[in-house]
Amino acid sequence: MSTETIISIWAGLIAFAVLAYVVLDGFDLGVGILFAAERGSEDRDTMVNTIAPMWDGNETWLVLGGAGLMAAFPLAYSIIMPALYPTVLGMLFGLIFRGVAFELRFRAHSERGRRGWDMSFFCGSVLAAFCQGLTLGGLLQGIHVVDGQYAGGWFDWLTPFTILCGVAVVVGYAWLGACWLVWRTDESLQVRARKQAAALGWVMLALIIVVSLWTPLLNPNFMRRWFHWPGILLTSPVPLLVGLLAVVFHFGIVRRHHLTPFLCALAIFALCFAGLGISFYPLIVPPDITIWAAAAPRSSQVFILIGAVVLIPVILIYSGFSYWVFRGKVQAGEHYH
Amino acid sequence: MIDAFHLARAQFGFTVAFHIMFPAFSIGLASYLMVLEGLWLRTGRQVYLDLFRYWAKIFSIGFAMGVVSGLVMSYQFGTNWSNYSAKAGAVIGPVMAYEVLTAFFLEAGFLGVMLFGMKRVGRKLHFFSTCMVAGGTILSAFWILSVNSWMQTPAGFGVAADGKMFPTNYWQVIFNPSVFVRVPHMMLASYLVVAFIVGAVGAFHMLRGHSTPAVRTMFSMAMWMAAIVTPMQIAMGDIHGLNTLEYQPMKVAAMEGDWEPSGPNGAPLILFGIPNMATQHTDYKIEIPHASSLILTHSWNGRVPGLNEVPAADRPYAPVVFWTFRVMVGLGFLMFGLGLFSLFARWRGTLFSNRLLHRAVFIMAPAPLIAMLCGWMTTEIGRQPYTVYGVLRTIDSVSPIGLPGIATSLAVFAVVYFAVFGAGIMVIIRMMAKPPVVGELSVDPNKPIRTAGIHPGLAGAVPPGMGGASLLPAE
Repeated sequence: MSTETIISIWAGLIAFAVLAYVVLDGFDLGVGILFAAERGSEDRDTMVNTIAPMWDGNETWLVLGGAGLMAAFPLAYSIIMPALYPTVLGMLFGLIFRGVAFELRFRAHSERGRRGWDMSFFCGSVLAAFCQGLTLGGLLQGIHVVDGQYAGGWFDWLTPFTILCGVAVVVGYAWLGACWLVWRTDESLQVRARKQAAALGWVMLALIIVVSLWTPLLNPNFMRRWFHWPGILLTSPVPLLVGLLAVVFHFGIVRRHHLTPFLCALAIFALCFAGLGISFYPLIVPPDITIWAAAAPRSSQVFILIGAVVLIPVILIYSGFSYWVFRGKVQAGEHYH
Repeated sequence: MIDAFHLARAQFGFTVAFHIMFPAFSIGLASYLMVLEGLWLRTGRQVYLDLFRYWAKIFSIGFAMGVVSGLVMSYQFGTNWSNYSAKAGAVIGPVMAYEVLTAFFLEAGFLGVMLFGMKRVGRKLHFFSTCMVAGGTILSAFWILSVNSWMQTPAGFGVAADGKMFPTNYWQVIFNPSVFVRVPHMMLASYLVVAFIVGAVGAFHMLRGHSTPAVRTMFSMAMWMAAIVTPMQIAMGDIHGLNTLEYQPMKVAAMEGDWEPSGPNGAPLILFGIPNMATQHTDYKIEIPHASSLILTHSWNGRVPGLNEVPAADRPYAPVVFWTFRVMVGLGFLMFGLGLFSLFARWRGTLFSNRLLHRAVFIMAPAPLIAMLCGWMTTEIGRQPYTVYGVLRTIDSVSPIGLPGIATSLAVFAVVYFAVFGAGIMVIIRMMAKPPVVGELSVDPNKPIRTAGIHPGLAGAVPPGMGGASLLPAE
């Protein structure tokens, strides 16, 4: 295989890990965000129990994204992390509050303690989601690099565009979480989740449109990729498919399907992600650094690629097994703890 | 002294020291859970199942704290040590990626089944899941210690003109010269951490008059581990020291407080003293002639290195290394003594009645944790002034982040870690303060999974005794 092929495969694998993280932990975080709307402690228990057996595996994709980026594109890793230092750390703090609350909200000794951990779960989820959006926005708008090091200021990442991205990710995750709950719960909780999913779906669609129109203005490369012939042949199906899926989603909600809304949400996330990929490629740190420039030596990439090709399918199989074991509706009062 | 570089080091030290306690606990406890479930399947004795459930609940909290504090570590290489990542990432990044692919996913994928799935998958598949979780923790320890060992004794790489390292032989990178001493030393440390905590919980409940079969069983198992594993760990520490002498002589010189290399009469062992970096002398020392040569070279007059063999800029900060090493060794011998005490009590038939033993075991609960942290400080501070020993200096590894950024994040880390993990540790201690409940639940995998139950988490709503060992829905 040529070195270019291997580097491209790695870019694809990192993108896959990030997408897997975004959709899988996305609905976990969304469930946490929806604590804002669901106040009853029994409903909250049920919501958490729909994700309790899998959240840890879902979060592991984020670790793979970080370790994979360091292994395959060390230059990108060493530029992005200092440049987006506050947003990355904010995300980590959010995930700490969220992750610890998973277990501890069931062990609280008083109603007050339990409310406190619920608050930690909610705030941690919102903070992690918002900071992920800021990180994405900060990367999209470009990072100032001199001599292979971050050379910008403290708050370069803080712009109206990144804040919009942060809001979009919070809304998107909440939407994904609501669709997940439509699938995995029943009775009154499901009815409310369906209403939330419908409302959040429209807001999300609006946000997607705004972010999509704003992004090409950030960088002439993005503009060329999206709106010039012949690139438009590749790019135009993406918004068309999003529109089609929005229609399917609408009917899924109206006809009270259980799984359709969630599948549509997953597909729309995947399409948005593909749209980002179209904007980026072959850049890894806009506006200048390409995957070719940031790549680790061929020997490093080959060594870990062999493992990835064998292990990722195995991981998908046993993670799928875990989802299969815990399939079906989660009832109120059915608790794992 | 207070600059961005030192605060970045302080931050890494703080976050990694907090983190390592949880995996050390999880590695040992996962193996213990595997043994307990295996014994239950083999003997059918309820006591093993009760203990499995009791410790599995505690495991779930410790594991979650390990996951979230570990996530911080995997990103801190980039946020605070970006130049290290840029220069060494191509060599160690893939090893860490293998840790994620082979170990983290394995643990996480089977953890849900292990904690919540016994009724859904049946006994055999459940035991398989427990084994996968335990195996995942061991694999994870291997990979991350391989990375750490490579930083201590780098091998299998080259350095390009721009200062970036590249791998030449991954076999040598992974199986570098110190991995075979570091992995077993850490594994045994994890087992000791858990043995002493389990033993202390057993001792506590016996002291409180709850000498139930489950309490006795956990205490006896823990004391066997303490008696057998502690001498193994001391022997492993000796082998580790010889390896360090060969590959990192300055670390050994700092541990020993030796400034001049020894002459024809061998080196004395400095029992106590205060190494002084400015005067290049160890003050107030108490020595045993020839003992250092004997320990390090296993010969009467063997040569032992001194810190003055290298320029001052290449020396580790000896006062800390000297003392952390002594605390570790001292605690090791105390643990060894406690193991012997337990063997004596067992021989006399007073294992479950000797209150002095129970008190001693209770007090010694944190000893392996403290010894492990001191051991890590010895080896990490002893590696200075390098991140990759002899190749890349720590000062050249740090991120281009200014003092305000590092100081702010360090302050937030300190507040969040003490608040969140402090609360988590308190919850674990409170759970340990309740004795395991006997025979509260019988597990029949053929019964339907959906059963009415009360929530064991809300202690107030649960009759006494019901909240103890239920991991699965009460029947």
